[in-house]
Amino acid sequence: MEIERVALLARIKLAEGEKELFSKQLGSILQYIDKLNELDTKEVEPTSHVLSMKNIFREDRTIPSLSKDQALLNAPDSAGDFYRVPKIIE
Amino acid sequence: METYDLTISGALQAIGSGQLSPVELTKAVFKRIEAVEGKIKAFVTIAKESAIEQARSAEINIKKGVKGALAGIPMAVKDNLCTEGIRTTCSSKILEKFIPPYESTVTKKLKEQGYVLTGKTNLDEFAMGSSTENSAFGATRNPWDTGRIPGGSSGGSCAAVSAGECIAALGSDTGGSIRQPAALCGVVGLKPTYGRVSRYGLVAFASSLDQIGPITKDVRDSAILLNVISGHDLLDSTSAPVEVPDFVSVLGRDIKGMKIGIPKEFLIEGMDKEVDAFVRDAIKKLESLGAVPLEVSLPHTGYAVAAYYILATSEASSNLARYDGVKYGLRAEGRDLMDMYMQTRAKGFGSEVKRRIILGTYALSSGYYDAYYKKAQQIRTLIKKDFQRAFETVDVIATPTTPAPAFKLGEKTEDPLQMYLSDIFTISVNLAGVPGISIPCGFTSGNLPVGLQLIGKHFDEESILKIAYAYEQSTDWHKKRPKL
Repeated sequence: MEIERVALLARIKLAEGEKELFSKQLGSILQYIDKLNELDTKEVEPTSHVLSMKNIFREDRTIPSLSKDQALLNAPDSAGDFYRVPKIIE
Repeated sequence: METYDLTISGALQAIGSGQLSPVELTKAVFKRIEAVEGKIKAFVTIAKESAIEQARSAEINIKKGVKGALAGIPMAVKDNLCTEGIRTTCSSKILEKFIPPYESTVTKKLKEQGYVLTGKTNLDEFAMGSSTENSAFGATRNPWDTGRIPGGSSGGSCAAVSAGECIAALGSDTGGSIRQPAALCGVVGLKPTYGRVSRYGLVAFASSLDQIGPITKDVRDSAILLNVISGHDLLDSTSAPVEVPDFVSVLGRDIKGMKIGIPKEFLIEGMDKEVDAFVRDAIKKLESLGAVPLEVSLPHTGYAVAAYYILATSEASSNLARYDGVKYGLRAEGRDLMDMYMQTRAKGFGSEVKRRIILGTYALSSGYYDAYYKKAQQIRTLIKKDFQRAFETVDVIATPTTPAPAFKLGEKTEDPLQMYLSDIFTISVNLAGVPGISIPCGFTSGNLPVGLQLIGKHFDEESILKIAYAYEQSTDWHKKRPKL
């Protein structure tokens, strides 16, 4: 596994020691997972969900939801009615 | 018997007859917490003040004649269930200061029935683990031997019930996280059918597998709690619009002629001999009560752990993308937005969570999706069909809950794969979405609890509860309490 590329996709900065350790551990986990290839599944439908439910609709009606204050309560940084993040545009 | 050792039904009886008040009961439980919590470390947050207040209001309500099904019962709740105004951490640094602005559906239902929240219990970070060692706030200990793990990820809830630090508790189960620690702590743990209980307010780990369930001292209490928490919920579109029976009413019914499947694939190599013997004895006991054991085959059992670790980590990598340092949770400083994300997630997540997010990201990444994620979903179909086929001939399936009793702290932390394999008997139940219960069925020569797992058909918790209760009534294992 190209650990650095995948860690970047996952948005996790890994320390040097972690890169080495995870490469080794994930290598052996993937080796174990390879046993799935013993089975021929060409004709098998994938299961994403065990219940036979499909789309669940509800009436298009406004119901009570969190207030702005409540929604911002746990924000690491906010200003007025907004979450504040580091500058995105150069 | 000590007051803190009471069951829900026992406590309700004592309260109903006026022998005990909710405040007395709650105080007795907190006295116990003060005495043993230093050794067990079951809780992340203890909520004594609000608990006493809740007990007082339960007392007032009882006097008024308002009788909730859990009026005045002190319970612990796993710290991945949102409790409004009470910190909910998932045992992660990334949510260390998170105060939910809303209540999960299950705890709302407990509240409506008058429960008393003693506190939020420790877990493996984001419920990822089998030992409760992967907690940012320290490991929980097994009350039967504090040098050993309580199992996981609901290790805090199971240890708290076992040690008398609450009367009952809630946990969550994605691959065995209720049943495995229940077995290792000598308590009763039930994972209901996928869709039976609303997950609204449960911090998501693997959404196609997660389910909330009761952790109790006996089977009756399990049925009492399942009655309270079950049911369709508009706030969780995966909760099933099916009728909820009265689970308590099936207890005590005859189990004569019920067919119990024994999967031949569950006698694995490396199985602990004592565990194996106790589970066989339990099946003999059920036979003596009139049940009929039959061999069944679940031929794809050997692939369950591998499929699970693709599906669960893939779903987790997606679910945990929300921890980005913006809307809630920890934020670390960074040079720019991207660096802020990377640093936040590096500082906020522990090793096992990082490992799983990376594995899941890999399995879902371009070029690998068919080889891993789709393949695992196909294996899931085969596992689901195995159960369907077996349930054409039997009413329930019986297995050991775990291949061995509780292991020592630190024994498996270096080798994630060995840790994953401790869930070998519980994982396929989540993949198939069927209900499973673990009940105590023996104690090893080292005085460690052993669990029997009973698995039922979709939405047939009644059969497993009925058999579990019949077994429990004819044995005394569930009455044993750890000496602390």
